[in-house]
Parts: sequence; C-alpha cells; structure tokens
Amino acid sequence: MSWYTIDTWIVVIGALAATSCALLGNFLVLRKMSMMGDAISHAVLPGLALAFLFTSARTSFAMFIGAALVGVITAVFTQWISRFGKVDEGASMGIVFTSLFAIGLLLIVQAADHVDLDPSCVLYGAIELTTLDVIWRPTLYGLEFHVPRAALVLGAIFVLNLSFLVSFFKELRISSFDPELATTMGIKSNLVHYLLMSLVAVTTVAAFEAVGSIIVIAMLIVPPATALLLTDRLWVMVVLSVAFACASALFGHISALLVPSWFGFDGTSTSGMMAVVSGLLFALIMFVAPRHGLLSKWFYNKFL
Amino acid sequence: MPELADIRNVLFLYDYNTRLVVLSTMLLGCACGLMGGFLLLRKRSLMGDTLSHATLPGVALAFILAVALGGDGKSLHFLLSGAAITGLLSCWAVLFIRNNTRIKDDAAMGIVLSVSFGAGVALLGLIQNMPEGSSAGLESFIYGKTASMVLSDFRILFLITLCVLACTLLLFKEFRLLCFDEGFAGALGWRVRYLDVLLLALVTAVTVTGLQAVGLILIISFLISPAAAARFWTNQLDRLLLLSALIGGVSAWLGASLSAFFPRLPAGAVIVLVATTFFIVSMLVGSERGLLIRHLRLRQLKIRMGRQHLLRALYEILEGIRPEGDIVLRAVPLIQIRGRRTWTDSHLRAYIRRACKEGLIETPTFDGSIRLTEIGLEEAALMTRNHRLWELYLIEYADVASSRVDRDADRVEHVLGQEIVKSLESKLQTYQSAGSLIPKSPHPIVLGD
Repeated sequence: MSWYTIDTWIVVIGALAATSCALLGNFLVLRKMSMMGDAISHAVLPGLALAFLFTSARTSFAMFIGAALVGVITAVFTQWISRFGKVDEGASMGIVFTSLFAIGLLLIVQAADHVDLDPSCVLYGAIELTTLDVIWRPTLYGLEFHVPRAALVLGAIFVLNLSFLVSFFKELRISSFDPELATTMGIKSNLVHYLLMSLVAVTTVAAFEAVGSIIVIAMLIVPPATALLLTDRLWVMVVLSVAFACASALFGHISALLVPSWFGFDGTSTSGMMAVVSGLLFALIMFVAPRHGLLSKWFYNKFL
Repeated sequence: MPELADIRNVLFLYDYNTRLVVLSTMLLGCACGLMGGFLLLRKRSLMGDTLSHATLPGVALAFILAVALGGDGKSLHFLLSGAAITGLLSCWAVLFIRNNTRIKDDAAMGIVLSVSFGAGVALLGLIQNMPEGSSAGLESFIYGKTASMVLSDFRILFLITLCVLACTLLLFKEFRLLCFDEGFAGALGWRVRYLDVLLLALVTAVTVTGLQAVGLILIISFLISPAAAARFWTNQLDRLLLLSALIGGVSAWLGASLSAFFPRLPAGAVIVLVATTFFIVSMLVGSERGLLIRHLRLRQLKIRMGRQHLLRALYEILEGIRPEGDIVLRAVPLIQIRGRRTWTDSHLRAYIRRACKEGLIETPTFDGSIRLTEIGLEEAALMTRNHRLWELYLIEYADVASSRVDRDADRVEHVLGQEIVKSLESKLQTYQSAGSLIPKSPHPIVLGD
C-alpha cells in the first residue's frame, strides 16, 4: 500500500464530515430520530430539482440552498405529522421523505427535455474526487498545502456544529432527556429542536454533496450509538462519538486501500468502507463494553 | 389530454402491459399494506427502508459469486436470493441489537441500514474493477422501474402475496398479541422471538420481490402510508389490516392508471403521491383519530363541562343562601357566578347563552343576574348530586384528602358516564342523608362574591 498526500486529505475530509455528523447525531439517537439523516438525504431531491429549474445551472450554491431548505421542511413536517396526527415518528418521517422524493422525481421527469440532471450523480458525491478541487494553496513553514474545497466547507460546518453544541449544551441536554422539564425551566425546547434539525439538514446536505450520502447516514448514527454503549454521561458520549468518527474515517480509508488487495482486487469505495469500519467498531464495543457489553453481561449472569 | 378510448383501455385493463403493471402493483400494494399494519403497530415503519438498503450487499455478493463460479452474473433468481439472504440477516441484526443492548429500535435500524449499505457500495466498488463483467444495472436493481415489469414479476408477486395472506390468517391471534403486548405473549409461553423473526421474514419477502419490480421509494411508501392512513379510521387490528391493504391496492390502481394516461408521469412516483394523499385526507377526516373528529370531540367535551359547571355553580350558590332549608329559586348576580370558578367572561357568557336556549335558565335580566328554571333546577340538582357522590367515593375508596377532592372529582365526573354513577349510588347508600337526595358537600364551599 502506498500513501500519498491525497490520502491524507481524504482522511482529513472524511474525518471532518464524520465528526460534524457525529456531534449532532448524539442528540438524534437520544431523541429516537436516528433515521433523520437517511430521510433528509432522500428528501432533498425536489430542492435540487427546483434550484436547477430556477437557476437552470448546476451551481452548487443554489442547489445547496434548495436542498437545505427541503431538509428543514422534512424535519418540520415530520414533527407536525407526528405531533398533530399522533403518528409514530418513524412512520411520519417515512411518509414525508417518500412523498418529497416522489415530487422531486416528477419535477425532474417533467423537466427532462431541456435538463440533464441525474439524481444519482447529484446525490452521491465521491470522497475520492474531492481532493481534485483545490481552491486554496497556503504556504506554512515552507510547505505548500493544497487545501481542497470540501475540506474548507466541512471545516466550517464542523466549527458551526461545535459552537452550537458548546453554546447550547445545557439546553440540548435537558430538552433531549426531559422536554417537559425544559419547558418548565423556561427553555424553549421547540426552538432548540428546530435549531438542531436545521443544523442536521445543513450538515447532511453539505456533507453528502461533498462526500456522499453513506458517510452522512452512517456517521449520524453509528458513532453516537457506539459511544452510548460505553457511558451514561452526555459529554463523555459526545467526545467518544467524535473519537469513533475519526477512527472510522482513518481506518475506513486504510481498509479501502488494503483489504481488497488481499483478495486480488484494486481497491474500493472509501465511503462504503468508512461505514463498514464504523459498524465493525460498533460490533466490537457491543461485545466488550465494560458495563453494557454482551460479554460482561454474560460473565455477570454466569458467575454471580 | 387522453382520449376516451385510452381511458377505457386503461380502466378495463385491455392493454397487456397496463394490465400487468396495474395488477402487479395492486398485489404488491395489498401485501405491503397488510405487513405495514403490523410494522406500524410495532413502531418499525422504517424497517422497509432498512431492508431495501440491506439488499444491496446481497445483490453484489451474489453477482461476485456467480461470476467467480463462471455463471451468468445477472440471473434474476440468483440476485434475488442474495438480496433475500442479506435482508434476513439485517432483520436478525436489528433484532439482536435491540434485544441485547440499550440501543433502541430506531438506532438499531439506522445502524444496520447504513453499515450494510456501505458494505454494498464497497462491494460494488470491487465489481467495477472486475474484468469479467460490468456492474451496470446492479445498482438499478434496487431502484427498479414500475413501468417495465414482466410476467415473471407478476408470478412471484402473486405467490408472495398468497403466502403473506395465509400467514396473516393463520397466525392472526399470535401477531395481534405480539403487536400489542409482547411481554404478555412471552409470559404465555410463546416463542416471541420466533414470531418476530417470522413477521420480519414476511416483510423481507415482500420487500425483496417488490424492490426489483417497483423500486425502493415505492416499497418504503407502500409499507408505511396505507397503514398510517388506515390507523386514523379504526382502533381494531382486523379492520386496520383490511383497510390498509385496501388503501394500498387502490392507490396502486389509481396511480398506475394515472401514469398510463399521461406519458410523462412515472408510475412509482404517482403511486407514492396517491398513497400520501390518502394519508393526508385520512389524517384530516379519519373517523376514529382524525384531526377533525378529535377537534369536535374536544369541543363537545368542553361544552358539556361548561354546562355542568354553570349548573352546579348556580345550585351551590342557592344552597349557600339558606344552608339548612330547602332550595329556593331566585336570581343570582352574574358577578357571584363568575367568582365561583376561573372562567373567562366570554366563555361564561357562551355557557349562559347555551343554557338559555336549552331552557335551563331564564333569559338574563338587564342587570345580568341569572335565574334557573324548574327544569334547570332539577338538572342542576342532578349535577351536584353526581359531583358529591364522586367526592364521597374518592374520599372513601381512593383516599383522596377532602381538601382537594373537589378538583379530583371534577376530573372524572364529566368523562365517566351515568352507569358508573348508578353503581356509585349503590356503594354509597349509607352516606346519603335521610331527608335529602343530595348529600352534603364534604368540604366547605367557597361562594363567589
């Protein structure tokens, strides 16, 4: 296996995307809304289509705005349907995203005459290609860095999410565990919820535009769930989930380069392998976690 | 616009292709609607989503295996079996994570979805580099096209639907208990986990066969929307399942026909939107849990409570005027009534107007004082009696302190019906004072000023 600067950048970009998602994912897992990332990544199609129809150009900024708006709409509609219609949250999420996807499909087909928009191309950014799009070449200590656009965008998203988390940590914690208590304490848990959902939408869209939807869906859920098996304290869970996200990015890329060569193949998709590695980490922790792990439970039952 | 002849052709299924597509999607809609009912009640609506993503690694593995064995990589049966195997594995994984760790259903489904989809993408990445065959078309396996179904699709769908129907009929009682009280089913000695696995295996069968026929989004929608729509119309499982299957079938028929009329409407998307329309309409006007009916029920309850409060307030004021003697009808100033409760002016006025119309009180005089009619007095006495009976019952049997019994009785008396009051009467006979039908209040009554 040979390692180039490009590989370092891929890992950095992967880690930025993964940690941005994992930070917010903690609260999605605690609020039992883990599938939100998946829902949003399907639902943004009409946003992309409309942005395309209005600007009739594939500028990524217009598409980003369109997609992010539809992402927020997905979260809002899901909340409304489950609250006013008393429908299970998963079901309302499913109804909202399938309908939005269908609307997007109709829009695309209607415009198909003069539009060349392949949903699968728009939806699945490829992390391997992000390093080609270099927009900033700073020189530090005599070394020239080739900073890709994705690294800057995802870095900004990461800073945004981190500052949101730090400044609203108390509110997020109370409203995640006990929304009624939060309301009686004068915290607007609805406002916190919608802020969180907007950030999830923005992060999801930005990340999958850059690195593909699989990383987003996986990193919103798997690292926080892994961390949840290890601790009962929220801030520890957040820190651990970030660590797991970084580990998945690093080992995901290494295994994408390395594992296929054992079977005589060339190499495979990094984003897919990142998801797989995070899953393996989850499986490992599921067995060996000190208190909630299967092995310790088994020992406990056997010898006590 | 489509011609009349076209419409007739589509509606009566003259055209072979239309017939195939409409009948297949209808079958699928029914089967998914049936399964969706169970999934909804198990709070696993998104299982279809997880399953359909989890088929990707199975498809890719089946392809690699077939090529390695020197066969045709794109044999449908081989790919379908691969998809079914990883689908079943993903079900098992979700159940394993849910049953053995503190991770909840939703996160378990999310983990399995994302990891298996990632594995699928990684495997597709391998296939792309294989010299033997292009992976073209494999990805589109899970994004099937509704309009391009063939006869073999119909046959498989027909078999699966029969299978699902038979299992539901045979195991209806077991599945029902599984949905409503898993713990109790386990206590009865049933193998709850096997039942759960069987249910999910049926869902897997429906999903995998449907997936390559109509595609991912339509399958997910079929598994959720009809069941969620049917839930607004009934509280009974058998009716829910019937209605859900019906809505699934009808939306498939409507959607597929619509897309046959107009050239540029993809069938899958139209069917999804028709199913969503059913859901929205049901949510608004559903006869059991719809928004409108719930709003009306709440309004009626409020009106009934207001009426009862007004009558009791009047009675208690009259009672307070001559504590020992009989009740004498006389006018009560409005301000005194208002002091009895925390009600707003506009609400109180509305209650008074309504009571006037019913003939319970006389038309208010110009200074706003209120006077019960004879019928009104009778009704008011009844209300007060109910309230006092409840108070006594709560003090005697529920150990409620007499200082707060007024409020607690207020909570139950409007909601529970007259039959319960009858049984209260028999329980509380000893408490009834000899002379009067209406027991004395167990707590001091605050009179408004």
